[in-house]
Amino acid sequence: MKKPYYLFLLLSVFTLWGASAYKPAEGGYQVGDTATDFKLKNVNGQLVSLRDQKEAKGFIVTFTCNTCPYAKLYEDRLIQLHQKYASKGYPVIAINPNDVTASPEDSYAHMQKRASDKKFPFVYLYDETQEIAKRYGATRTPHIYLLTRSGQDLKVAYIGAIDDNSGDPEKVQKRYVETALDHLLTGKAVPQTSTKAIGCTIKWRNNS
Amino acid sequence: MFPRRILFTCALLFSFLLAGNSLMAQTQKVALVKLPHLQKYLNSTSDTTYIINFWATWCKPCIEELPNFEAVQKQYAGQPVQVVLVSMDFAKDLDKKVVPFVNRHKLQSTVFLLDEPDQNAWIDLVDPSWSGAIPATLFVNNARKQRLFLEKPITLAQLNTYLTSTFSHTP
Repeated sequence: MKKPYYLFLLLSVFTLWGASAYKPAEGGYQVGDTATDFKLKNVNGQLVSLRDQKEAKGFIVTFTCNTCPYAKLYEDRLIQLHQKYASKGYPVIAINPNDVTASPEDSYAHMQKRASDKKFPFVYLYDETQEIAKRYGATRTPHIYLLTRSGQDLKVAYIGAIDDNSGDPEKVQKRYVETALDHLLTGKAVPQTSTKAIGCTIKWRNNS
Repeated sequence: MFPRRILFTCALLFSFLLAGNSLMAQTQKVALVKLPHLQKYLNSTSDTTYIINFWATWCKPCIEELPNFEAVQKQYAGQPVQVVLVSMDFAKDLDKKVVPFVNRHKLQSTVFLLDEPDQNAWIDLVDPSWSGAIPATLFVNNARKQRLFLEKPITLAQLNTYLTSTFSHTP
């Protein structure tokens, strides 16, 4: 009677251990790297890949979610970015990488609701396996990877924040992503290729 | 005479109660600080191990691990170990969210709110490996030339292990 009990205890200790094992992305893309394509499900049920959008000069790939206050603070600014730059060849590609067990309100159904409530003009994709977030090296929401076409490839041109004031759009001094895009669109080198910002840690799946 | 004395005693008792109440209701202040205040801890040369945790009232994994920092601060009382909880909440939420949170959870560790919205300007000063995700924790003891940075939640067992093995403290 005693033995199985201890076994169970041991097992639960290991399970707890596993549950606390957050696994942040290691490596990931650096500026200048070639970004590989993906195929992820949009909130309208369709699979989206970058290769399909042949007319695009690049993409504003944004790891975001429904729940993070910082991500939510940037939703309106993401919409504005898309409205300003999609017609110039750089649409926003929003991707939610959060694990649904760790963050239930980041489920696909909640994504659909959020996209329709906020009338997202851009695609909002579900990275259910978290493979793409890991491949990119995303750690937080929001986390931007600006891609630009170079021949057949998509190169990472900028990694980081949208601007320098998440809390107050009125007080923004530096619009990192806009500056990078304006330089790319006029064929110039991006002056600041990476920035850091506070964000919510991506909710990784246990033991993944 | 007699009823008056009772009245007096009652008044006295009542005033004591009031004083006691106001003491009970005394709230921990949370300072709104700029970068130099944080740098005092980052660059301190005293033989103190600072456990500097970056958190926010809106960050679920941060809130879940706060009791671990509170516990370790208690365990190492009398030791040169100091927990510093740096809130990443917005300055406008100080009185509305941060102070009520700190008092509701009766936090005993040092808490302040770092009001530096241009995060790209200072994240690297905490640690170059920090991407900006929270929770994040820096252990630093410049006198012992030891530092350790973690961009993930920490358990109480891990906190103890780091303090005993890396920083040679005993609770």
